[in-house]
Amino acid sequence: MLNLFKKVISVLFATILTFSATTSSFAIDKLHFVIGGGAGGGWDGTARGTGEALTKSGMLKSASFENMSGGGGGKALAFMINTKPADTILVQSTPLVLRSITRHKGYVKDGGSGVISYKDVVPIAGVIGDYGAIAVAKDSPFKNFKDVVNAYKKDPSSVKMAGGSVRGSMDHLIGALAFQEAGADPNKVIYVPYDAGGKALAGLLSGETQILSTGLGEVMGARDQVRIIGITAPKRVSDAPEVPTLKEQGFDVQFVNWRGFFGPPGMSSSMKNEIAKMLGDVQKTSEWEAVRKRNAWVNIYNPGDKFVSFLEKQTVEMTALMKKLGVI
Amino acid sequence: MIEGILIGLQTALSLKNILMVMMGCFFGTIIGMLPGLGPMTAIALMIPITYGFEPSTGLILMAGVYYGAVFGGSTSSILINAPGVPGTVATAFDGYPMAQQGKAGKALAIAAYSSFAGGTISAIFLLFAAPSLSKVSLAFRSPDYFALMVLGLTAVSAFSSKGQFLKAMMMVILGLMLATVGQDSLSDITRFTFNNMNLTDGISFVLVVMATFAMSEALTIILKGKDPSRATEQISLSQLGSIRLDKEERNKMLKSIPRSSVLGFLIGVLPGAGATIASFLAYGMERNYVNEEEKQKFGKGSVHGLAAPETANNAACSGSFVPLLTLGIPGSGTTAVMLGALLGFGIQPGPRLYMTNPEIFWSVIMSMYIGMVILLILNLPLIPYIARVLATPKNFLIPLILFFSVTGIYLMSFNNFDIFLMIGIAVVATFLRLYNFPMPPLILAFVLGALMEENLRRSLLISNGSFNFLWDRPLTAIILAFTIIIISWQAYKSFKK
Repeated sequence: MLNLFKKVISVLFATILTFSATTSSFAIDKLHFVIGGGAGGGWDGTARGTGEALTKSGMLKSASFENMSGGGGGKALAFMINTKPADTILVQSTPLVLRSITRHKGYVKDGGSGVISYKDVVPIAGVIGDYGAIAVAKDSPFKNFKDVVNAYKKDPSSVKMAGGSVRGSMDHLIGALAFQEAGADPNKVIYVPYDAGGKALAGLLSGETQILSTGLGEVMGARDQVRIIGITAPKRVSDAPEVPTLKEQGFDVQFVNWRGFFGPPGMSSSMKNEIAKMLGDVQKTSEWEAVRKRNAWVNIYNPGDKFVSFLEKQTVEMTALMKKLGVI
Repeated sequence: MIEGILIGLQTALSLKNILMVMMGCFFGTIIGMLPGLGPMTAIALMIPITYGFEPSTGLILMAGVYYGAVFGGSTSSILINAPGVPGTVATAFDGYPMAQQGKAGKALAIAAYSSFAGGTISAIFLLFAAPSLSKVSLAFRSPDYFALMVLGLTAVSAFSSKGQFLKAMMMVILGLMLATVGQDSLSDITRFTFNNMNLTDGISFVLVVMATFAMSEALTIILKGKDPSRATEQISLSQLGSIRLDKEERNKMLKSIPRSSVLGFLIGVLPGAGATIASFLAYGMERNYVNEEEKQKFGKGSVHGLAAPETANNAACSGSFVPLLTLGIPGSGTTAVMLGALLGFGIQPGPRLYMTNPEIFWSVIMSMYIGMVILLILNLPLIPYIARVLATPKNFLIPLILFFSVTGIYLMSFNNFDIFLMIGIAVVATFLRLYNFPMPPLILAFVLGALMEENLRRSLLISNGSFNFLWDRPLTAIILAFTIIIISWQAYKSFKK
């Protein structure tokens, strides 16, 4: 219901495009973006923003979008795997890795016994990322992450950690990683899940939790109410230079919630490389810069094989952590 | 603040923005009136239109559509017992019986006056209290939300007065059960989905409302064939009757409006609780408020029972802008859509919005006053003409309701499964209706159930598994004490009989 018109238009577009696609030229001039969530979410913004920059900069003639919510993105994933649509790419992010580790079974149409992972689709490129952040309320006694760790060591139940999603989700893992690095048992940290980042923020401000573990983008806009005491970036970010990294406080935690694009299984490698190149080139344009700035994205371009090995590394790290947390 | 009001007036009174308010109110009323097309659909339709507009103009248009739809939704609730929007489900409880008694005009007038008063009073609250009110809603913790949901469930007793207590309770349990379908909100475990991906996100509220109200209503009419009560209904559709209220009705309405405005506004301010919960709570509260004689009339065309939810749902609309504008947290599903649209404009609503974009903040509030006046005009002198949309004979109306139910639910998710699920629920609901099971308790329990569970479990997690949270904080204790008083008062009275 969110963007009914856009959907109708995209369906029309898709229809028109199918009919007009009699001659397939070598260069890609149209792309269809499949979004596994509703309008206004992170995936939606990434796909539409990328499409906007690509078309406005003239690198792509037309971009169409399709929202396909259901099963936390599983439905869109199953759609890509089962129908292998042409000229179509799927936007995805870190939860794809997580869902391939946990038990999200049975979402392939026939059979339904396999666990879907990023290996079932073709990784094209990671384009942007968001670092994890640990935040406290403005009037909190915690000035840095060390204070939090000290309080935790005195009394593990005195530090409750809020996050905008379920146990075992990214928000949970960000905080757990930080505690693990500090030598604490991540499984003993009490994690309080909320069903949206905004609600977790409200929970922190109401005082029922002491720290908030979530994406940096989620708390950037609330910086006059919260203090960000650590981010999971390798170095400070230019949009918020006053925010310290966890690394400089002696906790070598690095985590990035990537967002990137995937092709249907069987996508030719020339097609894959071409789209990957286009996604990289567009980041040098002013049109992309406008979109990036508006959304406060961090450019992390990561194409092809580099992307695949990054995904593999993330899978190994997250599997180990999630085992420790007992969520798998 | 004076400066802000002036900036707001300047923006809101520009010709373009006034036109936008009018357009928004008009389309909102029409779309809201048609069962199955709620404010979310209406606003979604507006999003592509607003691309390229200035953010304030776009938001003014969408706000107009929002309260227009809530205004318009009451018309179909009253006239055909098929709530146009979820927020007007409670309006049908007394509005529809009133229309069946041939007082459709009066019912529409009461709804229009109450909506106007609720919307305007709450826009004044919004103006004066928006910055500080965000602090009130922030002070609410999970135990307080839990207590509030329990309080909400006591409204169920309002529907069980006709000697149907057991049936009402059974429907409550059914509603609570339906609310547990889907991914559990605290862990990623899916419940009762039968490994079907379409159920992972749970059953949508709109779907349940459409199935148990619009669709099963239409099916019941077909099954019952020539029902004598339908003849009177037909009359009420073609002849609305006088829209003048007598002195007694006016007095009753004026009593309900102030308390329901305050309640509606406060509920709207709370993140997550919008017009729907506000209208149910107001209905329940109003019933607890009035005297014994009046209480008997609830569900049979009470003026109080109509004015209260109508006031509250419009008050909640304005209230839900508080968390949206001051915190960037949507207070309802509809404001969530607006949040998405605002982000599309490149505006991040939040505590700093009214420093960085004062014109947006103030002009939306100012445009609400203009919108309320326009809606009063649309809904009072013009209502006989607009209501013609609904004054179609049954053999046209029933297919239309079925059509809008099916298309409405499909346009929401673009998922065929939802259509089948809705038909399934509607068939079950139709049989339940034929055996006189009341539907409102099911809806109420369905809305509150998921939130209640989530907040209860979170409270337990925070208090390390102890139930102390129930009395640890004064706010929680007060809300719960209030709940206990209501329950024991009702128990006492039923024993006395």
